[in-house]
Amino acid sequence: MTTVALPQSSTGEAAAGIVVLSPGQLAWRRFRKHRMAMAASGGLILLLLYLMLGGLVLSRGLCAPTGQYLTGEAYANCNDTSLKFQAPSGAHPFGTDKIGRDVLARTIYGGQISIIIGIFAAVVEVVVGVLVGAIAGYFGGWLDDLLMRLTEAMLIIPPLFLLIVLAKSLGGKIPEIHLLGRDFSGSVIVIIMVIGLTSWMYLARIVRANILSLKEMDFVSASRAIGVGHARIIFVHLLPNTIAPIIVSATLGVANAILSEAYVSFLGLGVQGATATWGNMLDGAYQYLETAPWLWFFPGLLILITVLGVNFVGDGLRDAFDPRSR
Amino acid sequence: MVNYVIRRLVQAVPQLLVISLILFLLMQAFGDPIATLGARTPPRQEDKERLRRQLGLDQPIYVQYFVWLVGNDWMKLDLNGDGVPETPGKRQGVLRGDFGNSLVTRTPVVRVIGERLPNTLLLMLTSELVIILLSLLIGVYSAIKQYSFFDNLVTGASFVGYSMPIFLIALLLMYLFGVNFKRWGLPSLPTVGMFDPAIGRTPGQIALHMILPITALSVISIAAYSRYVRSSMLEVMSQDYIRTARAKGLREILVILRHAFRNASLPFVTLIGLDLPFLLAGAVVTERIFAWPGMGRLFIDHTERADFPVLMGILMLTAVAVVVFQILTDITYSFLDPRIRIA
Repeated sequence: MTTVALPQSSTGEAAAGIVVLSPGQLAWRRFRKHRMAMAASGGLILLLLYLMLGGLVLSRGLCAPTGQYLTGEAYANCNDTSLKFQAPSGAHPFGTDKIGRDVLARTIYGGQISIIIGIFAAVVEVVVGVLVGAIAGYFGGWLDDLLMRLTEAMLIIPPLFLLIVLAKSLGGKIPEIHLLGRDFSGSVIVIIMVIGLTSWMYLARIVRANILSLKEMDFVSASRAIGVGHARIIFVHLLPNTIAPIIVSATLGVANAILSEAYVSFLGLGVQGATATWGNMLDGAYQYLETAPWLWFFPGLLILITVLGVNFVGDGLRDAFDPRSR
Repeated sequence: MVNYVIRRLVQAVPQLLVISLILFLLMQAFGDPIATLGARTPPRQEDKERLRRQLGLDQPIYVQYFVWLVGNDWMKLDLNGDGVPETPGKRQGVLRGDFGNSLVTRTPVVRVIGERLPNTLLLMLTSELVIILLSLLIGVYSAIKQYSFFDNLVTGASFVGYSMPIFLIALLLMYLFGVNFKRWGLPSLPTVGMFDPAIGRTPGQIALHMILPITALSVISIAAYSRYVRSSMLEVMSQDYIRTARAKGLREILVILRHAFRNASLPFVTLIGLDLPFLLAGAVVTERIFAWPGMGRLFIDHTERADFPVLMGILMLTAVAVVVFQILTDITYSFLDPRIRIA
């Protein structure tokens, strides 16, 4: 965890001089050699472009009930019940759902929400995990005992049950939010918090273990000797030295959060209302297993592709930051 | 050893209490259980009040939790609402093994869970057996043939399997083997339920209905477990004692089975031991898709109806099982690996 970047000679442009690479640059070099991770990064960038720009091109059309020509998310929410359960065709490449909305347009706008949920849930996970782990590891004593017993207590309930209980009890408590020209169902925030708050435990344990060994090192004693405060020691001296597992956990956390969102929404406890997510597009879709397989196939496939890509990148990052870990 | 077990149990008690309190409080926000009752004829207001008193829902939340925990057979309740307690309570509380009655069916929670538990165990233990056998086979074989075509194929497949949402694989399996096989006139597999009501609950029927859920459950776990077996096999294969075994002319199969595999399977025991209690919880999503009448489906069905005695029962049963299995796993491990001492 505490690899010190040794000066390395580079055979690049600076042939004569010695180039000193930062740990980040070293990690990037190793990451580039991981073929699957590089391919997955490319795939994820394409996917993000599709989710961000696809709506401009692919989500437009005449909405028959209102008689208007709609673009963007409005088209994704336009329900023309005379067109319900249409199989994939030229006009609707992914078909239409049970109230006649275009599935392709909904996978684009649903995907945006799913990715947002994935990223922000991972942020919550990292913030809570790092804080709990760092405080427990650094201060030790009764605080450590208390926080670690709490962490263990969270781990003895099956994670999906914990998700269901939290999602059900917090669901519907936050009203709709208007942000960046879009309406977000308040349940998006709830789901982000719920997923983040049920997934920080492993990260907290890793951070705590690393801090426990780091805090005994001389540079920490030196900082203390010159009167550096606790907060500064933790955030400036200790945490940067344990950044590798945090980055890896955060990456894999995004994949897990996207899956968790899909599971919770699949069970009907996820994001509510008109806001599409890949997960809630699947809610109830299994009832049309025979009659409308496109309802579950396309969102499911997109979840698989995204999670697979993020997992590959996470694997590459792990190898890049800690070459000994394999 | 005895000290260790006692210390772990003593540690677990406050944890279980705290987690039960948190879960109990969270469930208060599930909505009004009374409101979801009496779907056909909405009960009158005074009936609702009486029902609330009978179920103890009129009490403040801390009293409800306390009654759930230790029962109320030592106090008198006011069931007719005149402000004078007259009826002795009957509940014994969780600590004495009484999990209360389901708010929906009015039958004891223990019986509600008891009806579902065998179904879940049947499905999950069979899957676990399939998972252990196949992931050991695949993991060991790909470790022996490291970087072969098979190994690379398995590596790629396990990444896909590991990233696969369970509902996608379940729906794909149902669509292929249930729907399309029937359409093509091939022998198709049943997709939902535990048995065909027309034929009845025969072992053959149940086995047939288990094939698809078990496949769906296994694929994802095999992906993760076989990687684990592979890497611990590879680690052991590079040890000196393996080289010694080979140097003294032992046949390769014996080196692998007797020297490498036995040591490599040790961490696998821990993994299985820690995962087993979660089987009790069932697979919520899988049971929902395949309409399997198990604990996972019980949990999600009763979440919708805010039936918190049943939910608390399932959660606490699982939590206790997790604690017990953690201790059992540690003890087993110390038997299997004499280098490990627990104190």
